[in-house]
Amino acid sequence: MQLFTCPFCGPRPETEFHFGGDADNDRPGAEASDASWTDYLFFRHNRKGPAREIWMHLSCREAFLMERDTVTHTVTATLALGGEA
Amino acid sequence: MSGWRTGAGWALDRSESLSFTFDGKTVPTFKGDTVASALLASGQRIVGRSFKYHRPRGFWGAGSEEPNGIADIHGAQHRPNVQMTLEPAAQGLRLRSINGHPTAEHDRMAFLDRFSRFIPAAFYYKTFMRPDWHLFEPRIRAMAGLGRLDLAAQGFGPSASVNTTCDVLVVGAGPAGLAAAKTEAKAGRKVILCDEGMHVGGSLLYRPARIDGQEARDWVAAMVAELTALGVRILARTTAFGRYDHGLTGLAEAQPGGAAPRIWHVRAAETILAAGAIERHLPFANNDLPGVMSAEAGLHYLARFGVAVGRRVVVATTNGTAYDTARALHEAGAEVTLLDLRGRAAAGQHPFRIIAGQTIETALGRRQVEAVRLASGERIEADTVLVSGGHTPTVHLYSQAQGKLRWDEGLRAFLPGDPVPGLRVIGAAVGIYDLSRILPGQGVVATAYGSSTALWPKPRAKGRIWLDMQNDVTTKDVELAHRENLTSVEHLKRYTTLGMANDQGRMSNLPGLALMAELTGRSIPETGTTTYRPPFSPVPLASFAGLRGGELMNPVRRLPLEAEHRVDGALFREYGGWLRPAWFGPDEGAVMREAKAARQGVGLFDGSPLGKIEVIGPDAAKFVDFIYYNTMSTLKPGRCRYGFVLTEGGAVYDDGVLVRLDENRFIVSCSSSHVQGMGLLLEEWRQDKFDRSRVVIHDTTANYATLTVTGPKSRDLLQAIGLEAALDDASLPHMALTLGQFQGDEVRITRVSFTGDRSYELSIRADRALGLWRRLKEAGRAFDAVLLGGEALMILRAEKGYIVIGKDTDGRTRPMDLGVKGPFEKRKGDYLGRRSLHLPAVADQARDLVGLESLGAEPLPVGAHVVETVAGKRRSRGFVTTSHMSPNLNRPIALGLVEGGSARMGEVVTLHHLGQEVQARIAPVCALDPEGRLLDA
Ligand SMILES: [Zn+2]
Repeated sequence: MQLFTCPFCGPRPETEFHFGGDADNDRPGAEASDASWTDYLFFRHNRKGPAREIWMHLSCREAFLMERDTVTHTVTATLALGGEA
Repeated sequence: MSGWRTGAGWALDRSESLSFTFDGKTVPTFKGDTVASALLASGQRIVGRSFKYHRPRGFWGAGSEEPNGIADIHGAQHRPNVQMTLEPAAQGLRLRSINGHPTAEHDRMAFLDRFSRFIPAAFYYKTFMRPDWHLFEPRIRAMAGLGRLDLAAQGFGPSASVNTTCDVLVVGAGPAGLAAAKTEAKAGRKVILCDEGMHVGGSLLYRPARIDGQEARDWVAAMVAELTALGVRILARTTAFGRYDHGLTGLAEAQPGGAAPRIWHVRAAETILAAGAIERHLPFANNDLPGVMSAEAGLHYLARFGVAVGRRVVVATTNGTAYDTARALHEAGAEVTLLDLRGRAAAGQHPFRIIAGQTIETALGRRQVEAVRLASGERIEADTVLVSGGHTPTVHLYSQAQGKLRWDEGLRAFLPGDPVPGLRVIGAAVGIYDLSRILPGQGVVATAYGSSTALWPKPRAKGRIWLDMQNDVTTKDVELAHRENLTSVEHLKRYTTLGMANDQGRMSNLPGLALMAELTGRSIPETGTTTYRPPFSPVPLASFAGLRGGELMNPVRRLPLEAEHRVDGALFREYGGWLRPAWFGPDEGAVMREAKAARQGVGLFDGSPLGKIEVIGPDAAKFVDFIYYNTMSTLKPGRCRYGFVLTEGGAVYDDGVLVRLDENRFIVSCSSSHVQGMGLLLEEWRQDKFDRSRVVIHDTTANYATLTVTGPKSRDLLQAIGLEAALDDASLPHMALTLGQFQGDEVRITRVSFTGDRSYELSIRADRALGLWRRLKEAGRAFDAVLLGGEALMILRAEKGYIVIGKDTDGRTRPMDLGVKGPFEKRKGDYLGRRSLHLPAVADQARDLVGLESLGAEPLPVGAHVVETVAGKRRSRGFVTTSHMSPNLNRPIALGLVEGGSARMGEVVTLHHLGQEVQARIAPVCALDPEGRLLDA
């Protein structure tokens, strides 16, 4: 059981969190090509090592950015989005 | 008969004589014994049979390292595969050995041992492959396995898990762990100390020593008192079984009675691993015979339980620790010969015979050890052989924490290498065995163990040398694996099952890989070691389940009016996580009556789980436009609109009515079972794409009860109870909303319909709903009102062809497949899932929702496939999603997803289900009142 630090609530067990995907998987615009749209939909980096991800803390419903290492499971930073907290 | 009781044994309370049975034999015991110590005292040598060859097996150890002494406890507190070395003896226990048919002493399967050369490692992969493994599998599986589960027994009682935190968790309460716990506690830290044994103290429970002028055990007692006074929580019979992320350690604490071990989730800032070391075996032929035991265990049984394990004892050792054992047994009256494999005896006077530099070539004896023959040819008569092949530090938790082990050539052991943050390893677990080094400056008087040597198994040895006693892995199996090129340790393990016994290779791994190193010409560290994974000792699944069973397995959500519905005779079922009335009445016949009566008079339905998620703020309209497939910003305040919400992949995720309360406030009436998911979806998109100060999401589903009044007389009923609102069709048309009052509480009245009849949904504070519901029931008598359960509602909506998402749709159903093409073709601007609807691959999937009219008298089976033969091959063209007998149409009705279905109206198709074929005609989805006149009737 990992421990993630919600920028609003502090350290909480991982079961309270919902994975939202890679942080930099920006949604293409309406005129995106089929290829870039399916990239956005289906292709994941599945990075080994440092990763930037969006997570939501289900208890407070705030999404935030988490930087962690997928090998060591070290959480290096959790940052509120939109400059809050 | 070889084991016997001395007068000693500090752990025993001899005032009370108890007994238990083992394989039907009565075994006398005292309070304080383990099952193993009592069996050894009674002279019971054979306590089980090995897994493969059914060789007789006796105890090897005295703790969790025991590979042989496993039994099933029968009776009310049935537990399979109990390690007898850790199980307290108790009055009336009924134990049965494992793998013995019928008993461990007399095993019909023992003949298998004579065929052992025909059943080498992986024999079942080779011998039984032709003609087909599955012919042999049932009988081989029946012979395999350890204990037997008594299916009639109750199983474990539940134990609630504990979640806790501390500054320091100390694993192992031997001298190193006790001292560390004291240091930490005195520094003001919150400490938890656990040990798998019944008593804390570790080796001090049996090794002779004086510390600070006290006998070792007195020192332990004083430490326990001091630690308790310092607030240290001491957990005995508690195994730290696994190390997990971010400082979490899992403990399993044995419980009295029939309860499962309790799981502790301990999140510690620092964990100190003081788990000690496990004694190794020595390689000699027949080293698996009952009577061959760990020297440490021999001392343990003698000191703690007053059990001398033999009368004529050979002690064979590569190190100084076994001298304690030899001396103690000699003093207890046994005839002891010590073989010191280091080449010369330890310094000092020894009152027993010592032979230096001689190894045992073979143990002799059929059912148990009777003698040993040395390499010199000398034969020594012996009923017991106690061996110490050195020690293997218990580094499992360090390794589980991703710690990298390093090989220490001096100690001939894998030790913790680079430090792991938050984990410190001390004492024998880092190869420090001398007590004076574990407790420096504390006036320790104890045996100095001196140097040690190692004796690894060699290739091409004479006779059979066991590595894994439970799984019957011998050196020959490792040699076979090498010949077949399975030389990596992970392959070796899987091919030979070395280390797969429930001791998880505590004894067998290192000699096995030492032999493989020798065979491949590599060093031991080059050969490597297998990955350590939790659990360190077996933990019953019931422990992990904890209280999560029965009703608590997946707790249902409950209606505010549940008690009232029970009084009205509701049968409850779970629908999308909610416990709801399926029908009202003693039998299922109620469903048809309810569905019929609702269309004639008025039906009352508790729709409280219906989603009521509010979207509020100046950007609310912009937000719902993006979320919904349909344009929603054009909706006028006080009006409702039906729509779909898609996944980003273009599939329909939810449907429902969006209510616009005012310019900046909407209510998302999502499906009952999608409230959680929709809440999350809305929140994610709000935070991802919108100005969060201009739109907020607020889930009020549980705040309100929603009571549905449906049927031709629904308006009359509402007018009769007086809701202080204009209910005429001009003021409140279909898909509109108004606010009323009931006994001082606001009632939100929405005119929407899931039945096709005129319908009203009344939402009121959940805690005030009972008054309104009772009033509806009372006043309803004059209008032939009927209570509607969920099953009748399903029929009513199916008659109209109204869909249930997830039932009439699947993960690839698009809105166009449900006949809603407008937004796809005409809508400007972006919305969730829009781009995916235009992907060519998605467009290929067209499978339309259609009605299906059975050509027979019976309803079509749900799940039946529409089949067609194409080029000689039959293939599915779709399937039935919903099917009922309609009480209002007096015929079967059905919905289904069929390829190209909307263009095939009137076509007769064949449906296949469980070997039967039926015919049906493709029809419009709406079977009743296609013009929608009933909405205003
Ligand atoms: Zn939070």
